[in-house]
Amino acid sequence: MLPVIWAALIAFAVLAYVVLDGFDLGVGILFAVEREDVSRDVMVNSVAPVWDGNETWLVLGGGGLFAVFPLAYATIMPALYPAIIGMLLALVFRGVAFEFRFRAATRTGRRLWDISFAAGSTVAAFCQGLTLGGLLQGIHVVNRAYAGGWWDWLSSFSVLCGVALVIGYALLGATWLIWRTDGALQTRCRGYAKALGAATLGLIIVVSLWTPMLHPEFEARWFGWPGILLTSPVPILVALLAWRGWLGLAHQEHRSPFLCALGWFVLCFAGLGISMFPLMVPPSIDIWQAAAPPSSQAFLLVGAAVLVPIILAYTGYAYWVFRGKVVPGVHYH
Amino acid sequence: MSTWDGFHLARAQFAFTIMAHIIFPALSIGLASYLAVLEGLWLRTGRTVYLDLFHYWLKPFSLAFGMGVVSGVVMSYQFGTNWSSFADKTGAVIGPLMGYEVLSAFFLEAGFLGVMLFGMKRVGPRLHFAATCIVAVGTLISAFWILAVNSWMQTPAGFTIGPDGRLLPASWWQIIFNPSFPVRFPHMVLAAYLSVACIVGATGAWHLLRGRGSPAVQTMFSMALWMAALAAPAQIFMGDLHGLNTLQHQPVKVAAMEGHYDSHDGAPLILFGFPDDKTQRVDDALEIPNLSSLILTHSWNGHVRGLKEWPPQDRPPVAVVFWAFRVMVGLGFAMLGLGVAGLWLRWRGRLFTTRPLHWAALALGPAGLTALLAGWVTTEVGRQPYTVYGVLRTVDSVSPVGAPGLAVSLTAFVLVYLTVFGAGILMLLRLLASPPQANEAGPPPQPSHAAGITPGPALAAE
Repeated sequence: MLPVIWAALIAFAVLAYVVLDGFDLGVGILFAVEREDVSRDVMVNSVAPVWDGNETWLVLGGGGLFAVFPLAYATIMPALYPAIIGMLLALVFRGVAFEFRFRAATRTGRRLWDISFAAGSTVAAFCQGLTLGGLLQGIHVVNRAYAGGWWDWLSSFSVLCGVALVIGYALLGATWLIWRTDGALQTRCRGYAKALGAATLGLIIVVSLWTPMLHPEFEARWFGWPGILLTSPVPILVALLAWRGWLGLAHQEHRSPFLCALGWFVLCFAGLGISMFPLMVPPSIDIWQAAAPPSSQAFLLVGAAVLVPIILAYTGYAYWVFRGKVVPGVHYH
Repeated sequence: MSTWDGFHLARAQFAFTIMAHIIFPALSIGLASYLAVLEGLWLRTGRTVYLDLFHYWLKPFSLAFGMGVVSGVVMSYQFGTNWSSFADKTGAVIGPLMGYEVLSAFFLEAGFLGVMLFGMKRVGPRLHFAATCIVAVGTLISAFWILAVNSWMQTPAGFTIGPDGRLLPASWWQIIFNPSFPVRFPHMVLAAYLSVACIVGATGAWHLLRGRGSPAVQTMFSMALWMAALAAPAQIFMGDLHGLNTLQHQPVKVAAMEGHYDSHDGAPLILFGFPDDKTQRVDDALEIPNLSSLILTHSWNGHVRGLKEWPPQDRPPVAVVFWAFRVMVGLGFAMLGLGVAGLWLRWRGRLFTTRPLHWAALALGPAGLTALLAGWVTTEVGRQPYTVYGVLRTVDSVSPVGAPGLAVSLTAFVLVYLTVFGAGILMLLRLLASPPQANEAGPPPQPSHAAGITPGPALAAE
């Protein structure tokens, strides 16, 4: 039972990371099309007070895996080494840019840190997609250690997942900015969201059709009986949210596009869960094999049961303190 | 085994990334506490000099914190990417401690950092002070857990070894409060406080030397020297306790620190010299008779064990440990000297006018962080050839990642860190090069929001 609870908690942490850092990485990705200083400042300011908390879920995902599923941690990380290192370095570039772009002494310096923010966000998102794709397609493990080659993670599927995550995060970022900004920037973001929404939907469909073909277990889960009872609502809900999100954009609503985009991510994540459970490292390691001994899982679960609700409460408070539309601020120099 | 095989590259990468990382958490720990004190003093006395100093030091804090976060995320994945065998074998024991660090400290710091940096006008001074204190406490909780992990790797306790070679937890109390934790944790926190005292002191001294002795500058200089006067002797005392603890649990490390290849009764203290592992002696040694025995055993003719009592494959590399230890101790006494000189000149009323003191404080600006890094090198290299001392060898801990990949990633880390953190440190120095102003502003990305307790300057901005 403990491994199931912990698998759910780790999945929650990863989902929290994906949707939370997803929108602030998306804001960075949108730097590619938003080139005015004023709108860039507003974009960064809309996430500056919360990005650090968002990224902490990534540390919980990694640290939590180490604590409660050490075998998964010890096999996934070496297998996806280049993608993980690439993500970490990209996160360095974008994390420091929050501060550095305001402190750059020259215009050129500021431009460079803007590039660092945009490229770092994009590369981090792409590497996370590679990681996901590489994990889904399977990791070759022998004798509790990764036994595959250097380039196992690189495939057309993992690259597609990388592209999908960049586009999906950009959609989250655009809809976040629709919610949190005003005026011309908001109007432009509606345009981005329409294009990105259509692209994301297309990519969701392709990835969803491709994933069951990776392993026979996945296929049986999705198209066999009675699995189809569980799986068929997922595409229906995706379609409903697409319709609702489109209406929200057309009627110039502020919040509903963001919530619909979040909904897509939650549904895709649920779809992943349906495919993988109870596997932790496809195709060979399930959550019971990967689990730390019960005493370790129980010890940390006590803390998680107390602390996670508190974390959610004060994270909510931090978001509430900085609620409302972000407007172009005073100039900083 | 060649020098640049996968094993050594993995070690080099870990050593480089963690030494770059530790600088920033050390600054965060020290500065967060300092900021809490400044804001508390401001609320208590109402003197704006404290608020100005708070805002002045908030900016370097924010920079250092950001660099600590991004270099810390790297660390949380490196156990898996580069030390996967270690992760698999020890995850059940130390993984939960790191889990607690994330849950009880990282989220706390991150959750309230936004309020601390940008929220003064939105939540009011009292709630803001609470946020500052929470962030400061968060940095200390974080240090608690990570020092528990590190101490357990030095003096493992409270575990059993399973049939498949994995380590299993037996007593969480013994794992957390393992034998070296009670001395290592305060030693590290004091080191962080001293590091920040040196930097604050050097900043104050710089502005005093430039003839900008405003009340804010004088206050920071005075506070830093108080800190040095209190923390340096406390740290030397803690360091002595730590050394005795190490002698009890890792005597071979102490033998390397002292440069004793041979066992002695009445061992001399080797002040300087050149340890040579090939000849197993210290060349050109400058010695004080019997002092090593006196320090380590508190008796004139006490027995001190030498490296030769251990087979060569169980010894750490001597020269690195020997020199790093001397750097740490030497700088520790230099900081003590600064603290004592500060006390004396303060008593004589010449704290702000004695230029040699200001030059000394300026020169010792990097001393705290340098001593801290040297201390880490001493204890971590001194733990070799083990990752978990006496239990798991470093060579059995490494990932099955090949040397070419590691060479690429190590090169990338070095280039990126030197560029990014180099730029960050330059920005930090530039911030400190200008003195605190009256009505000092907070960190620059000040989000202004239309809703909330105070409306943002929506109209004024355009």
